[in-house]
Amino acid sequence: MGNRCAVIGVGQTHYTTRRQDVSIAGLVREAAVRALEDAGLTFKDIDAVVIGKAPDLFEGVMMPEAYLADALGAAGKPVMRVHTAGSVGGSTALVGASLIQGGVHERVLVVAFEKQSESNATWALSTHLPFSASLVVGAGGYFAPHIREYMRRTGAPGHIGTLVAVKDRLNALKNPYAHLKIPGIDQKMVESTPMLWEPIRYLETCPSSDGACAMVLAAESAVTGTPAWVHGTAMRSEPIFRADRDTVSPQAGKDCAADVYRQAGITDPRRQIDVAEVYVPFSWYEPMWLENLGFCAEGEGWKLTESGATALDGDTPWNASGGVLSSNPIGASGLIRFAEAAQQVRGQAREHQVDGARTALGHAYGGGAQFFAMWIVGREKL
Amino acid sequence: MREVAIVAFAQTRHTDHDTGLSEPELILPVINEVKERTGLTRFGFTCSGSCDYLAGAPFSFVSALDALAAWPPISESHVEMDAAWALYEAWVRLQHGDIDSALVYGFGKTSLGDLRTIMTLQLDPYYLAPLGLDQLSYAGLQAAALGAERAELDEIVRRSRADGRANPYALDLPDPEGDGLVAPPITDGAAAVVLAAGDLATRLTSTPAYIRGLAHRIEPHYLGMRDLARSASAADAARAAGVGKGPVEVAELHAQFAHEEIILREALELTGDTLINPSGGPLAANPVMATGLIRVGEAARRILDGRNHRTVAHAAGGPCLQHNLVTVLEG
Repeated sequence: MGNRCAVIGVGQTHYTTRRQDVSIAGLVREAAVRALEDAGLTFKDIDAVVIGKAPDLFEGVMMPEAYLADALGAAGKPVMRVHTAGSVGGSTALVGASLIQGGVHERVLVVAFEKQSESNATWALSTHLPFSASLVVGAGGYFAPHIREYMRRTGAPGHIGTLVAVKDRLNALKNPYAHLKIPGIDQKMVESTPMLWEPIRYLETCPSSDGACAMVLAAESAVTGTPAWVHGTAMRSEPIFRADRDTVSPQAGKDCAADVYRQAGITDPRRQIDVAEVYVPFSWYEPMWLENLGFCAEGEGWKLTESGATALDGDTPWNASGGVLSSNPIGASGLIRFAEAAQQVRGQAREHQVDGARTALGHAYGGGAQFFAMWIVGREKL
Repeated sequence: MREVAIVAFAQTRHTDHDTGLSEPELILPVINEVKERTGLTRFGFTCSGSCDYLAGAPFSFVSALDALAAWPPISESHVEMDAAWALYEAWVRLQHGDIDSALVYGFGKTSLGDLRTIMTLQLDPYYLAPLGLDQLSYAGLQAAALGAERAELDEIVRRSRADGRANPYALDLPDPEGDGLVAPPITDGAAAVVLAAGDLATRLTSTPAYIRGLAHRIEPHYLGMRDLARSASAADAARAAGVGKGPVEVAELHAQFAHEEIILREALELTGDTLINPSGGPLAANPVMATGLIRVGEAARRILDGRNHRTVAHAAGGPCLQHNLVTVLEG
């Protein structure tokens, strides 16, 4: 773990389909300035900048950190650019935290973004490497068979996904930054939308969003304002083409959770974690990750979702912010999870605040459910 | 800072054409080589550098993972930067003190597309990329800003290619002819480095190349905002890494063009006593995204082989040396 690290500032843009009023640089700067204001700091107080985003093909700008250095006040400083597929937002937070935990810097600005309106994400994800066949299915088509296998194994009834779709969008109504705000959303509305990739219906998928999220991370000696203390950080990766890997409940996810729980002293995640922000881009990933993250026994995840335990007023709220299902600037989606976890333990989540939240999990995954990034943050120092 | 050393380095025999190997096939031999050399099969942390635009598809690093035997799952990350920055991330991770080893690798197949034009896409998409400045054009602007003597530039290219011909891993390129800007060769290749901290370094090799300083800095993107004849960020990084704290026997510089070498020598305050790019440097082999890591590896190899005591490596990113990393290695 190294030195103590805290989140001292969070900034988000209002997630939406198209931010035509700003350039890519304007978008990331908006989030960065808000995070700095939250911490009571300016760019001058920052030692280094870490930028994360998903594939460069999404905006058509190769290695955009070079271009974004100016807008992020990074000239004269070290800049890192992280890319670990969908988990990249989480990894960006972890690389930033690592700079502080390793004693290299005192204050680090981490920023992640996607301006998906610049392209079509499904097609950007479907081009093929010269040496391998393309599935031409985007993310939904890739993950749908894994979901069907989850349903087969557990006997989960077909409506579970719609429950998550409704729950997360109800939470989104309380989050001023959320992209999808659907007043009156209910199971019937979700079920009335087209089937995209069996069993995923239109309203069971994440949107394509423009947006950026930023955090200011600080060493103990450089904390300003209200800190969220980092209690544990972990990354895990496994190969996409390993024949006997379990794509429904990947070993890398289990190992990553075990590692971060060990650091944070968590033995019973459902009881000890007050609120979890977990990367759920398709509704069914809530019950799947409930099991993978050890919040319940294998095969029990859908029952926990069905019981309402993961609702904002449940005993283990998941995605109080509305989650990826409500806002999805892909490269930023992981960082938003990490930032929302921090906001909860800082007591700054406003309308979607979970009362008395002291310990929170931030989670992100990517690739073929093979890259995982997680952290645990707490109100108190560990 | 915790003492961290480079204990092994391997690179492919780089080629100037596509040999038909996929990225995992390109990487596998160098990963195996550093594993064999160190006897390590698992690492506390793994980090790589690559660029999706070289393959023209997203997630070029995903299939690369298949070359690692990442099972059980590994603690791993990736930078969309030259792998020298992956080495930086791994070095930072080793500072935490809970792990002692890290694997770093980078790869690039520039034979697959039109690299000069692809590099245009890294410019500001609103104000610079539409101008159509390709890599040679903006390098030309920097060369013009420096205004070095033709003979000095030619001599750098001649020396680099001669050294490259003597380096079994670099390309065999003839002495330059004509009087135009000489571009770095289109190259496919990969490289890997193993870092070790604490006692592990001396257990793995009797001659570890200790990282005494490691720093990087970026400067404004817009070419008009900079004095292109100088590299302020390379100079800052060199000071932060402590280049001037002792004599530099060898410097491996990520100079893709002859004029960049002149700018970097000045920024790093290297004297005539320093041997520059004895490997041939990027003018003799330029597998983009691995080129910077290879500079670090080559500088480390001089110490691992017992030939030198103090060497310096430099890596660059962005147009016209926008982003510079400098490391000081000692035996």
